[in-house]
Amino acid sequence: MKTQGEEEGIRTTGIPSEEELEASPGYPEAEALRRGPVVVIECVQDIPCNPCEAACPKGAIKVGDPITSLPIFDAEKCNGCGTCIPICPGQAIFRVDMTYSEDKALVSFPYEFLPLPKKGDTVQGVGRAGEVVCDAVVLRVQQPKGFDHTAVITLSVPKHLAMKVRSLKRRKASIKE
Amino acid sequence: MGKVEVAVVGAGAAGISASIEAARAGAKVVLIDENERPGGQLFKQIHKFFGSEAHRAGIRGIQIGTDLLEQAKEAGVQIRLNTVVYGLFAEKCLGLMCGDHTEELQADVIILATGASEKPLAFPGWTLPGVMGAGAAQTLINIHRTLPGGRVLMVGAGNVGLIVSYQLLQAGAEVVAIVEGLPTIGGYGVHASKIRRAGVPILLSHTVLGAEGHESVERAVISRIDKNWVPLQGTEKTLEIDTLCLAVGLSPLAELAWMAGCRFIHISPMGGWIPVHDENMQTTLPGIYVAGDLTGIEEASTAMEEGRLAGLAAAEALGCLSFEEGAMKKAEVRERLETLRIGSFGKGRSLGKKQILESRGTV
Amino acid sequence: MRVGDHPILGKAEWGKKVTLMVDGHPVEALEGEPIATALLAAGRRVFRYTTKLKEPRGVFCALGRCTDCVMVVDGQPNVRTCVTPVRDGMVIETQVGLGQWCYSKKTGEKKG
Repeated sequence: MKTQGEEEGIRTTGIPSEEELEASPGYPEAEALRRGPVVVIECVQDIPCNPCEAACPKGAIKVGDPITSLPIFDAEKCNGCGTCIPICPGQAIFRVDMTYSEDKALVSFPYEFLPLPKKGDTVQGVGRAGEVVCDAVVLRVQQPKGFDHTAVITLSVPKHLAMKVRSLKRRKASIKE
Repeated sequence: MGKVEVAVVGAGAAGISASIEAARAGAKVVLIDENERPGGQLFKQIHKFFGSEAHRAGIRGIQIGTDLLEQAKEAGVQIRLNTVVYGLFAEKCLGLMCGDHTEELQADVIILATGASEKPLAFPGWTLPGVMGAGAAQTLINIHRTLPGGRVLMVGAGNVGLIVSYQLLQAGAEVVAIVEGLPTIGGYGVHASKIRRAGVPILLSHTVLGAEGHESVERAVISRIDKNWVPLQGTEKTLEIDTLCLAVGLSPLAELAWMAGCRFIHISPMGGWIPVHDENMQTTLPGIYVAGDLTGIEEASTAMEEGRLAGLAAAEALGCLSFEEGAMKKAEVRERLETLRIGSFGKGRSLGKKQILESRGTV
Repeated sequence: MRVGDHPILGKAEWGKKVTLMVDGHPVEALEGEPIATALLAAGRRVFRYTTKLKEPRGVFCALGRCTDCVMVVDGQPNVRTCVTPVRDGMVIETQVGLGQWCYSKKTGEKKG
């Protein structure tokens, strides 16, 4: 929905556009994705925020001063450990592993809803607009105490959708009294 | 009449922070709150905060609230709950009411940290049960663990509207849509992205025309609006909902500052009438300080820093802190405050704060 | 509806159950909670009716500022149910209009 003078992007849809993502220093180059598991930082606004910088054990994320700076991601230093994923207060950090198999890639994302899926479940992978894009198998659900209630879920998805899938469709929780 | 060195009114983010700084410097502090639990808005903020490590980034508001209360107790702050400060009279005398009992408390220094209230939005049907403030819904779900309803329409895409929508989803409600009159999302994009991934539509340039229902909300009618905020005929849509949350802004709760005779300045983007203060958070009345959303609507992190600033200034005024030590500590807080008021989201607030400080010389 | 399990707040530790009498019917509540949430959990959203037009009103601000949620509690009208904790045996009635003050103007004693 275009408005006068404003290009479609995060301020008009709540979703970062392809242009905004590619312009962000946190978004990895296509080449980096081919090497192995790598983190994808979809941070495109100048919010004063920097916990990702200190969280990375490899020093792959730099925010610096002022803390409104977008994180600069050095994919070469990233080993895909994903420590930064649950730390980001904006839930804007994901991990993609294009090298998982011939036709499948892994996508990891933060998740804070109930019910949590279990390893082996088949769920519906959704894109940034919440639209269902594929069925996906849950490979891993991590929720150690250190993540402070943010689960990190890893799905196996068709490879060509690895940069599209960013969550799973919430299932109806049976709200227990 | 009771006497106290520092009386802090309002045990929210700003008030607790002010109490801690003043008490640590050696002042005797009484922290007063009308609620049965302290913490203000903090215990409703179940999301992880932004900012830097100094601002407790990555930590949930509820944990920050718990930590602050611990620090206040350790510093020896006396906390009085279920106590309404109903008046601020001459000679810095506070009128207190606790249950059926009233008393007067004379303070050497008063710090007002009374926060803000939600703005209403009137439309046909807005008085129906089921229409409530977004903050009200947040209180119900995060403090009392009770859902106000199951299908919610949120009005307002600022941070409160976006965050509370997300928290309603976490509590098990469906958020049918967010409507926002502006053509852009005012809150953080990342908050919007979270709820878009969860399937919630954000309808910009839209407004609510009315809420309908027999004895409570059952439906709402929304429509597109043009750039002059006039509803566009033929674009009406009816949504089946049972709850309608209003997230259309906050206004400082400044009654005590008004009655004391503090001077005010009107700054719309900061929430309306703001008690004028200087860089030490002192109002136009010596010995009366202000901090937090009362001084302009910002965030929890700025409230905590302003609270610290007021607490330090109060301690300095009482002679508990030397001029040098006070100056040094206040400079650190001011630096942290500055880092929270930069960038696209901060510059409007930074401008508002500058206007407040500048007006100090003219009121 | 109560939120028994929550992704951030975890599993609820409900307080002791108490019973309120609401317009003559028993309603279960939890010790320590405000009257308003017990009523909302029981599916009750209309708390009072306005004086002139008899319009329904309920919770609006949920923190004791707007007085939209007031009801008659133990004979006393205009009690803010969103900030008044429940008590076992509390008698709560839908308030119509301004309510009837339960204390005698002459003697100051509680009526009835």
